This record gives sequence, structure tokens and C-alpha cells, in this order.
Amino acid sequence: MKEDNAQPLSEEVLKTDAGQAPAKKPKFVKTEKTPVEPFDPEALIEVQHLTKSFGELTVLNDISEKIRQGEKVAVIGPSGSGKSTFLRCLNMLEDPTDGYVFFEGNNLCDLHVDINVQRRRMGMVFQQFNLFNNMNVLKNITLAPVHIGVGELRKAKRKNFFTKIGNVFRGKDKKKPLVPVETSAKQIKAEANENAMRLLARIGLADKAKVYPSTLSGGQRQRIAIVRALAMNPKVMLFDEPTSALDPEMVGEVLELIKELADEGMTMVIVTHEMGFAREVATRVMFMDGGKIVEQGPPSEIFGAPKNDRLKDFLAKVL
Amino acid sequence: MWESFYRNFITNDGYITVLQGLENTLIIAIVGLVIGIIIGSVVACFQVAGKRNKVARGFAVVGDAYTAVFRGTPIIVQIFLFHFVIFPVLGIRFDGLIECCIVFGLNSGAYVAEIMRGGILSVDVGQLEAGRTLGLSYATTMIKIVIPQAVKNVIPTLGNEFITLTKDTSVAGYASIMDLTFAFRTLTDGGTNVMAPYIVLAICYLIIIAIFTVIVRLIERRLRKSERR
Ligand SMILES: Nc1ncnc2c1ncn2[C@@H]1O[C@H](COP(=O)(O)OP(=O)(O)O)[C@@H](O)[C@H]1O
Ligand SMILES: [Mg+2]
Repeated sequence: MKEDNAQPLSEEVLKTDAGQAPAKKPKFVKTEKTPVEPFDPEALIEVQHLTKSFGELTVLNDISEKIRQGEKVAVIGPSGSGKSTFLRCLNMLEDPTDGYVFFEGNNLCDLHVDINVQRRRMGMVFQQFNLFNNMNVLKNITLAPVHIGVGELRKAKRKNFFTKIGNVFRGKDKKKPLVPVETSAKQIKAEANENAMRLLARIGLADKAKVYPSTLSGGQRQRIAIVRALAMNPKVMLFDEPTSALDPEMVGEVLELIKELADEGMTMVIVTHEMGFAREVATRVMFMDGGKIVEQGPPSEIFGAPKNDRLKDFLAKVL
Repeated sequence: MWESFYRNFITNDGYITVLQGLENTLIIAIVGLVIGIIIGSVVACFQVAGKRNKVARGFAVVGDAYTAVFRGTPIIVQIFLFHFVIFPVLGIRFDGLIECCIVFGLNSGAYVAEIMRGGILSVDVGQLEAGRTLGLSYATTMIKIVIPQAVKNVIPTLGNEFITLTKDTSVAGYASIMDLTFAFRTLTDGGTNVMAPYIVLAICYLIIIAIFTVIVRLIERRLRKSERR
């Protein structure tokens, strides 16, 4: 796919891109890469020809897919089929070897797009919880909102400072307006704390706010990890086997929380081995095998009337 | 023999020289370690970041060369080189004490770099990834999450480095610095009465090191406790 049509396609890229945004040269398009296609504005996340290789091993092989607002997508498949890699490519934890990922119309593979800004709207929950061990639970949740909020406040103040200096030299009616600054670092912190406590109360762990993660159970840690992601008000949540590292008696509490989020309308992509959960919560199930999405559809079809032989094999093993 | 030592130490005000030497030894060790931690952390960060960033890789190569040079030569040779060659050639005239702090800092930086690199790698990448998915930058995540844990993990090793460094300062006398060892050398009546001064010197080092060991233990325990509240 790469070599045989590299030349003619690269010219096409320049053409389509010139049509959309003539000012910006598409620096991110290398000649050997698949060209960008216009993204679908309906989709929250759009994946185009996503390919990922680790050295010789091709883990994802030319996947194109769209995920709409409000969808709950369950990704199932045998171990090593590339589910985690697919999920990690959605927020650029892994750099795709080829292809593009669009999130709300922004091409995340474009180096002009600030990936840190985009990631704020994409929550991710890991199998191993990955709470920050050097901070208590409250700080775990408030770190990112406070740091980012205060950072933006400083940026606005700095900008105003230079605008003011510039305004001294500008004519009376030519003065540049200042960026409105209505909050303070203190207020940002207070709001973040309040929000975190509200989230903790929701999962019944308000009394653990000042406790360090090492003293908590797996189920508690994972629910805090979920809440930590929620504190950023994400548009989509990515779950990578959120219950696989848990003792069986704790799986329920975590799935319950995820289900609540789903019912509230959160868009989510969940890699899971909990087939019952996938059937109940997902609006769409994807079966991955060998770096491809082999079959997908509503849970009733995937579990009730699987067509693909490998999917049938897989279901026979896990159900 | 003890009489001559007593005479030199008390009657002839030798203890003032010894206190001066002790002070210099401690200054060189502490300032050297602080410089070493700063240099070492920076080098270690570049070495770790060099795996994913081309600019950092350039710095990492410089860091590798630096650690190779300072770990590959004896500290006394480094003192000779800086004191008699590099500083004079560059036309820099430092106070001897500052000179020693710089050389010992550079020397321990090379060792601390290796220690810190191990410490950073000992923090699992999951936490770095979690920070990144929350929208924090690589630098912020390293500074707020990874490095504090790395430092905590390496405190015992850094303590050992500090103890080694303290003992290494005994060669500072070669750069005409009045350190503890040099101070006791002045009490030997020109090398005729060596036994008592050198025995006391050894005991002095033993006591200093014992105190440092206890302090390192206390800090270590304190840090460990802070995680389980
Ligand atoms: N960082 C990496 N380096 C090399 N190989 C990797 C890396 N991450 C994953 N792989 C390989 O990619 C394949 C798919 O992995 P993964 O996406 O984790 O599968 P799954 O989550 O479906 O079990 C596996 O064969 C794994 O060994
Ligand atoms: Mg996986």
C-alpha cells in the first residue's frame, strides 16, 4: 500500500490540502505516507488507514474507522491482536507508522496540533491504574486541572502585560483589548478541589481524599483513576482492560461506575474481556484479530450471530 | 608520642587548623554533592529523554562523554588537571575552595547521573503515560511525578555517594586546600610524629561518616513514611 502509489498520491495531498487551507503547508505529510482524506464532521474520532509497526512486526494494519459522539464501542479480540495499540494510537501514546487520527476535526498526527491540548478532552484509564504514587488521592485528581488552569491564567496575564505595554504607544482609539481575566490561581485551586471532592463523593471515597494510593485496594484505585480522568471533562473515555488487574470481587464496582458513565451519555471506547459487560453496555462491538477489525456490529449480532470463523472460535473460548 | 600531639593540638592551637580543615571538608562534600545532583539530574534527564527526542539525544551524547571522562579518571588526577592545567590555561583564578567544590561537583555529577538515570527508569512508565493522557507536557510530568519518585528511590544510593565523596575530599590537600587530612598533616612535626595525628584523623572520619549514615537513614525513613498516611 505504501510503495506502489506513493508518488501520485502525494501530489493529490497537496491539492486537497491547498483547497482547504492554502496558508498552511502540510508539513506532516511525508511522501511515503498515505494522504489525508477529508474528515467526516459527524465523527468525534476518525481513524484513517491507521498502521502501526514495531520494527518488523505490524501490529495494526490499515484500519479506518469512525466513532461518533455518544457511542460506546467495545473492542474485543485475542491477546496480542493489537487492541491496546489501537487504543493508544487514538491519543498518540503510540505514534502511528502511517495513517491519521482525527479528534473533533483535529489531525492528531499533525505536529502543528498541540497534542497536550487535545488530550485534555480524551480521558484514558489503564489496566494498571497508574495513579501518581507521590501524591494523595485529592492531588492525583486536581494536579492536571490546576496545573493547566494556572498555566493558562499565567499565559493570559503575560499576554495582557505585553498588550498594556504596547497600548502605551498606540493611539487612543487603536488600543488593543485585554484578555479578560476573571479568575485567580487560588480560585482555580478551590474549584478543582471542590470538583474533586464532588467526584470522590460520587464514588463513595470522599474519606480517602488525603490518603496515598499505596494504601487503597485495586478497585478503589481504578475508580479513582476513572474519576481523575473525568475531572478534565473529557469528550471521550478510553478504557484499556480496566478490570483485568483486579481481584474478582472488585470487578463489579468498577464496571458499575463505567456503566453509569455510559448511561450519562459519555462516548467511550473499551477494550475488555468482560463479554457480559460488552453485551450490556456497548452500542457497537469490534472484534480485532491480526491487526485488523475483522468484524463489527451491534452486540446482539456479534454475540448472537457471529459470521467470521475466528470470531466464532474466540467466542467459543471466552464465553 | 601523645605528648607531642597534645602540644601541637592544644598548646600550639592546632585545633583551630583542624576545625578549619573540618569546615572545608564538609563544605567541599556538601557543595560538591549539590552541584553533582544538579548536573547529574540534568544529564540523566537528557539521557532518558534522548530515547524519544533528537535534540535531547544530542545533549545525551555530550552527557555520555562527560560521565565517561569523569568516571574514567581518578579524582586526584582531575584535581591536578583542573588546578594546574585547565583553570590556569583558561586564565580563571578561583579561590582554592571554590575550585575544589567545582571539581568535586563535576566528579560526583558523573556518578549521580548514573544513579538518577536508574532512579528515573525505576518509576514505571505507566505514571508518565497517565500524566501525558491528562494533557500534561512531558517536562511537567517528569518534574511533578517521575523525578520526585526517582529522587526518593535513589536517596539511599545518593547517601552512599555522599559518603564516598566525603572520603574522597581527603585528596583536596593536593590543591593546597586545608582539608581535614591536610590539617592533621600539619600536626606531625614534619613527618616525625605521625602515629597519633593519623589515628585521630581516622577516628574523625569514622565519626563524620557515622553521623552522615544516621542522617541518611532518618531521611529515608521519613520519606517512606510520607507514603503511608
Ligand atoms: N512497545 C512495543 N514494542 C514492541 N512490540 C510491542 C510493543 N507494544 C506492543 N507490542 C506488540 O504488539 C502486539 C500487540 O500488542 P497489544 O496491542 O498490546 O495487544 P492486545 O492489547 O490486543 O493484547 C503484541 O505482539 C506485542 O508484543
Ligand atoms: Mg492489551
